[in-house]
Amino acid sequence: MPVLAGRELRIVGFLCNWCSYGGADTAGVGRFTQPTDLRIIRVPCSGRIDPLFVVKALLGGADGVLVSGCHPRDCHYASGNFYARRRLEVLKGMLPVLGFEPGRFEYTWVSASEGQRWQQVVTRFTEQIHALGPSPARDILAPRRGLASGKGGDSARA
Amino acid sequence: MSGLSYAYYPGCSGLGTSSEYDSSTRAVCKALFMELSDVPDWSCCGSSPAHAVDHALSAALSARNLARVRAMDRDDVLTPCPSCLTNLRTADHRMRDEAFAARANSLLDAPYKGGVRARSVLQAIVEDVGMEMVRASVVRPLKGMKVAAYYGCIMNRPPELMAFDDPEHPMAMDLLMEAAGATVLPFPLKVECCGASFGVPRPDVTARLSARLLLTAREIGAEAIVTACPLCQMNLDLRQNQAARFAGTAFEIPVFYFTQLLGLALGAPEGSLGLDKLCVSPARVLEAPAAGETNLTQGSRS
Amino acid sequence: MKIGVFVCHCGSNIEGTVDTAAVARASLEFPEVAHAEDVMYSCSEPGQEAIIEAVRSKGLDGVVVASCTPRMHEPTFRRAVERAGLNRYMLEMANIREHVSWIGKNREANTNKSADLVRIAVEKLRRNRPLTPKRFDITRRVLVIGGGVAGIQAALDCADGGMEVVLVEKTSSIGGKMAKLDKTFPTVDCSSCILGPKMVDVAQHPNITLYACAEVEEIGGYVGNFTVKVRRKATYVDWVKCTGCGACMEKCPSKKSHDSFNEGLGGAPAINIPFPQAIPKKAVIDPAFCRQFVKGKCGVCAKICPTKAIDYSMRDEVVEEKVGAIVAATGFDLFDHSKYGEYGGGRYPDVITSLQYERMLSASGPTGGHVKRPSDGREPRSVVFIQCVGSRDKSVDRPYCSGFCCMYTAKQAILTKDHIPDSQSTVFYMDIRSPGKLYDEFTRRAMEEYGARYVRGRVAMITPKGRKLLVRGADTLLGTQVEVEADLVVLAVGAEAAKGSPHLAEKLRISYDKYGFFMESHPKLRPVETNTAGVYLAGCAQGPKDIPSSVGQGSAAASKVLGLFSKAQLESDPQISQVNLARCVGCAKCESTCPFGAIHMIDFRGQPKAEVIETVCQGCGICAVTCPQGAVQLEHFTDNQILAEVDALCRF
Repeated sequence: MPVLAGRELRIVGFLCNWCSYGGADTAGVGRFTQPTDLRIIRVPCSGRIDPLFVVKALLGGADGVLVSGCHPRDCHYASGNFYARRRLEVLKGMLPVLGFEPGRFEYTWVSASEGQRWQQVVTRFTEQIHALGPSPARDILAPRRGLASGKGGDSARA
Repeated sequence: MSGLSYAYYPGCSGLGTSSEYDSSTRAVCKALFMELSDVPDWSCCGSSPAHAVDHALSAALSARNLARVRAMDRDDVLTPCPSCLTNLRTADHRMRDEAFAARANSLLDAPYKGGVRARSVLQAIVEDVGMEMVRASVVRPLKGMKVAAYYGCIMNRPPELMAFDDPEHPMAMDLLMEAAGATVLPFPLKVECCGASFGVPRPDVTARLSARLLLTAREIGAEAIVTACPLCQMNLDLRQNQAARFAGTAFEIPVFYFTQLLGLALGAPEGSLGLDKLCVSPARVLEAPAAGETNLTQGSRS
Repeated sequence: MKIGVFVCHCGSNIEGTVDTAAVARASLEFPEVAHAEDVMYSCSEPGQEAIIEAVRSKGLDGVVVASCTPRMHEPTFRRAVERAGLNRYMLEMANIREHVSWIGKNREANTNKSADLVRIAVEKLRRNRPLTPKRFDITRRVLVIGGGVAGIQAALDCADGGMEVVLVEKTSSIGGKMAKLDKTFPTVDCSSCILGPKMVDVAQHPNITLYACAEVEEIGGYVGNFTVKVRRKATYVDWVKCTGCGACMEKCPSKKSHDSFNEGLGGAPAINIPFPQAIPKKAVIDPAFCRQFVKGKCGVCAKICPTKAIDYSMRDEVVEEKVGAIVAATGFDLFDHSKYGEYGGGRYPDVITSLQYERMLSASGPTGGHVKRPSDGREPRSVVFIQCVGSRDKSVDRPYCSGFCCMYTAKQAILTKDHIPDSQSTVFYMDIRSPGKLYDEFTRRAMEEYGARYVRGRVAMITPKGRKLLVRGADTLLGTQVEVEADLVVLAVGAEAAKGSPHLAEKLRISYDKYGFFMESHPKLRPVETNTAGVYLAGCAQGPKDIPSSVGQGSAAASKVLGLFSKAQLESDPQISQVNLARCVGCAKCESTCPFGAIHMIDFRGQPKAEVIETVCQGCGICAVTCPQGAVQLEHFTDNQILAEVDALCRF
């Protein structure tokens, strides 16, 4: 189901199960209001996140990708987020080569107890993506998918 | 010692009631090879009245001076006065908010775009020169002089803004006076209020609060009080008689600026220290360290 | 595949801001969805029955439940689909409560987002495979870290349940903070009288191995089979020979060692047994103060010791223990009151901490139970207690309530009156927190029977005034300033996480909060479990609490351990990595990145290949990303599954 045309942008989140997914849950339990653009994919560990997942999302037309894991040294799997940090830092440097503004992708650390911090992360990142506007990939994908640039797509499905 | 160089903001009191603070500060900085360049065309920081009336105006008054510092191509400015320092720092802090900065800058010809860190002269001596160097520069140690270092209430507070020394138990002046050879006594009221500007509308309040400071200083055996704030110095020195009347006892405790005593220890020319401007005569206290070479007359202000 | 989608109302929790019926309708459009409905409470019995019934009647072979977070109810629904005859891994959940309905009120956006989350769950489920857990043998021994009252209780309960227990205590005696207390609220019974027998039980229990003066150095393995390295610190006394007679303590010429048991109130000899009831009652040399170590010559204790137990050449020793479960009961430390400069911050000798006062009240303490001012040894007449020193104060980064200070202060005010009948206690408090059996009655007694003067307000400043201390504060009820002249000021210092807690948490692979307290699995429903299987919590390591709660948690943790060990074998999680031998090129990158040593290289027809040790793999998936060939795949989180989810979100 695509995002609400004109109001939402497409933001994909990869969250580790132990900290950040829990942090997002904590934010929910605390009723910390957040923008509705983000869609979260749960993975066991930030170390499970292949940088290619992020690239695939962006090439597929996502306007932003947010990765969040446990704070360094607080990984449920001891060192997964260290691997994640290296891989994603390298990826960040490569995104402009692919034609994406660096701001379309961020990675951060949120623990299971940091509901309020999660709210801030989501709010800030969503604002950042809205400031950047729709992804340049859409113009490339549009002709192939019969889509007018900047439009949210087939909301007729709802 | 490599030359340290600073933009210098004297503050209004420095030209008037606390001119001896200004002149002794310059003398100390000279002795410590700290080059001071006055901020050209500086103006009042807003003092107490401005921020009591209008925050934007108050920030604009201080920001005007910060912008003049930027125009000197510097990002660091020193001021001797804690009150000026608070205003300059508060302005810089508030102007980080875009909406607020727009309001304050609309009152100015040249906008302030941030990026100037104001510090007290005390902080610069502690951080940039360092105690070791001060100790090494002392030529006439203040041997045997028992002093209480009194910081006042705004030198280190609010801690988030001033970010220097311990807000409840500062030690910078204690350590400096120790380096100058004095015996520094632990003064438990070092950050308590002296009555501040209440000296005008409610002299009774100032008398009560100052008396408490003076009584405690005497109790711990201090022969002199050392300050870093023109207003504190005025309340304890100029108004000492009012406090004495309130407490029913005479004090006769001289109240120095730390720069005056430090200047003495560093061998700065006596004329630059303005010791003759003190209301309570420091003669008795100074006889010991100065080895008879001082010839002080008591200030004739009453 | 035939997929059923069940969208939960969760009463009004979800339905309030999500049109669940519309989400169910939209779900029918998704590939392979054969059935969709909205249900009132999917986790309730009728809700689960509805799912089971639909699976059976509609011949579904996969289920998506759109409800709350899978961290809450995934096990519930896995059991439900299993009861319906499916493999438990043929279930996916869409989190439309915590991640949707609770974080926004826009019904249209929430409904739309919920459908999107169902879509990615469907796409993932289409690629799920049935998985079967393996079974493995377990070591029925438990490691308890920390010998305070919580750890003691956990150890005793496990040992009484027939389990072997390894109890590791950092200091030279068990007993923890409770051993330092004089009396305990609200019964005012003697702390060591009620704790002492338990300590003796630990020492004498055949199932308990006690390592005092020891710390956990390294933890490897997983639930059922942990390998723990314990560093036994050099005590320079052979504990096998030491009888605890104390002759060495009397003769030791160095008496200035930091007396940590007495909170630094007195000095201790460099060779010391911390208190008369210590378990084990063995001497330890503090090399920082021992003249033999500092100056290289002394040897008095070696000469005096009747059993020749002194050994200056002793070294640390590391022992390895195999256990199946771990209980972390590392307790708490006290807030450093020197952070409050206005209270004298450790500069005024007559401003002391509540635990120092407790040692002063105790008959086994440095003053023999007499209240004496540290400065001049006089008995105080006016004692001021200040509450919330390092609690409920954001300015020192301690916003939480330590929970037990109100009560111990009431107790100390009562004891003060008992010790010095003509004394006057004044308590400056913010609010009184006394929720517990007979707790509030107890604080009332302190005021009404013992005449403690309670002033509601913070103290702004303590200044020396001659021999006395001038305590200046506010009375917020009267709206006035208050000045009290005190002979002694007692600061009710708050609890903070034990030093080194984060470090231990990292070894245990459990989470800790920003203050260093260990995170429980669920704050209400799983208070002594962690998110790491086989690791449990007890006592103040999880958060500040009083003795009854600590003891309760010790028993609770023990019951969890006994429950775990009641099974003949444990099931390993099948969500683990698998190596496709055909694609593996034997580069061993996966082996080097695995944090658990769960991958080793084997020889397969003359070729090196990676192999996953199924019971050791924890399922993090680091190897799957590392593998340059895509030969390693993490079951249930394969590349194809995650990419299908991405694709579902990016479809226009």
